[in-house]
Amino acid sequence: MNLAQQFETLSELARSGEALSVWQDIFVKFYQAFILEDRWLQYIEGVGTTLLVTAMALALGVILGSIVALVRVAHDQQRPHRRKPVLGFFNAVLKVYVTVIRGTPMMVQLLIMSMVIFASSRNFTMVGALTLGINSGAYVSEIIRGGLMAVDPGQMEAGRSLGLDYLTTMVRIIIPQAVRSILPALGNEFIVLLKDTSLITTIGGKELLYAAQGIMNRTYEAMFPLLGIAAIYLVLVMIFTWLLGKLERRLAQSDRR
Amino acid sequence: MIDVKGLRKKYEGLEVLKGVDLTINKGDVVCLVGPSGCGKSTFLRCLNRLEEPDAGTITLDGQEVTEKDIDAMRARMGMVFQHFNLFPHLTVKRNITLAPVHLKRMTQAEADAKAMELLERIGLADKADAYPNMLSGGQKQRIAIVRALAMNPDVLLFDEPTSALDPEMVGEVLELMKELARGGMTMVVVTHEMGFAREVANRVIFIDEGVVKVDKPPQEFFQNIENERLRTFLSKVL
Repeated sequence: MNLAQQFETLSELARSGEALSVWQDIFVKFYQAFILEDRWLQYIEGVGTTLLVTAMALALGVILGSIVALVRVAHDQQRPHRRKPVLGFFNAVLKVYVTVIRGTPMMVQLLIMSMVIFASSRNFTMVGALTLGINSGAYVSEIIRGGLMAVDPGQMEAGRSLGLDYLTTMVRIIIPQAVRSILPALGNEFIVLLKDTSLITTIGGKELLYAAQGIMNRTYEAMFPLLGIAAIYLVLVMIFTWLLGKLERRLAQSDRR
Repeated sequence: MIDVKGLRKKYEGLEVLKGVDLTINKGDVVCLVGPSGCGKSTFLRCLNRLEEPDAGTITLDGQEVTEKDIDAMRARMGMVFQHFNLFPHLTVKRNITLAPVHLKRMTQAEADAKAMELLERIGLADKADAYPNMLSGGQKQRIAIVRALAMNPDVLLFDEPTSALDPEMVGEVLELMKELARGGMTMVVVTHEMGFAREVANRVIFIDEGVVKVDKPPQEFFQNIENERLRTFLSKVL
């Protein structure tokens, strides 16, 4: 007897009021959660969306974060008497951005984005990715800012004393040194983002948790779908943690030269 | 060559420089000495505006040093730091060639050749492809000097170039500086090395209470001491 027939037989039995053994019960629920109607495909699709949303949010976060960090560092490094008003204005705006994003729950931000700002949009996954990216940008900006400020101020002085301008010194001397301290923290942010993508389910984004919820709604069984996606998140995070460890070791190696 | 008039600098209410006037001529080797916190490093850093003066003017060959084309002015005034400040992510050769190539003074090939020539001169040609952390303090500081030289500056500013070195490495750095002085390089040196000041400088300057108190050739500076505070200072360091 193959699995499909066995499932049919057992669920028939259950419907007729017969008590199933523990193992039979587990089998039926597992089959319902993953195999029936090729449901495993929905999880795989969910993983794809989750990874895509994570990548998009991270890319947006890094771009936003870099801009915010560079403007804020440039502002802070100005001399007291020579502050440029334009820079001061942007610095103030960006400070508000960072404060608001870090000071409000991600969940609330998601709901505001989907139900207020993009109320007419049906593309919930994209709205979710956008929100996560904007959210991540605030945190990434602090990571990058910290990395830039951790570079010895003597490096900026050395670059400037050679006649290089601020931007060149930043690009050629400060940023390459900052990247080494930024990358590990950025990797961590990536992992946080990966898990936070599950939140976009609440606004209808079709990622992994959304797939599990869809199946739960049809089978009225929560355990296997939820444990299943928990395992998938865990495996994904473990893979990326391992990759990050490799990257960090390589960076440490080039540090020793 | 460098003309400083009425230079003032305040830090959070404390006035470190209270109107410094000083003229540095071409070929001068000027040593600035004085107790810690007397403002000699601040003075040096004001010359290329790493510190912004509160008042006073600095002119280099008749051209006032202002914020406007500060990068061009800085390129003419090489600076050597106490902590070397080599770029740790670049090889020795790239450290030396980065600025001249980026500022289009030379092509990469010309700069490489010049770097090798300079490294040859200080006996560190074999370190051209090494990274700064692989070098000793003395080697780092000599390469930092070479890096400043690669821009063909009109004047070199030294901010306590030997203070962060182990004692056995001080000699090699001073030797290189001596060689540059003999070659006619204009140098302004903040230092605690009285031996160097006595032997190499043509002027030794004592800064105290925010102004230039003594400005004499070394023989006179160290022998006929009229200033009471200089006497106290020298009795402590000699």
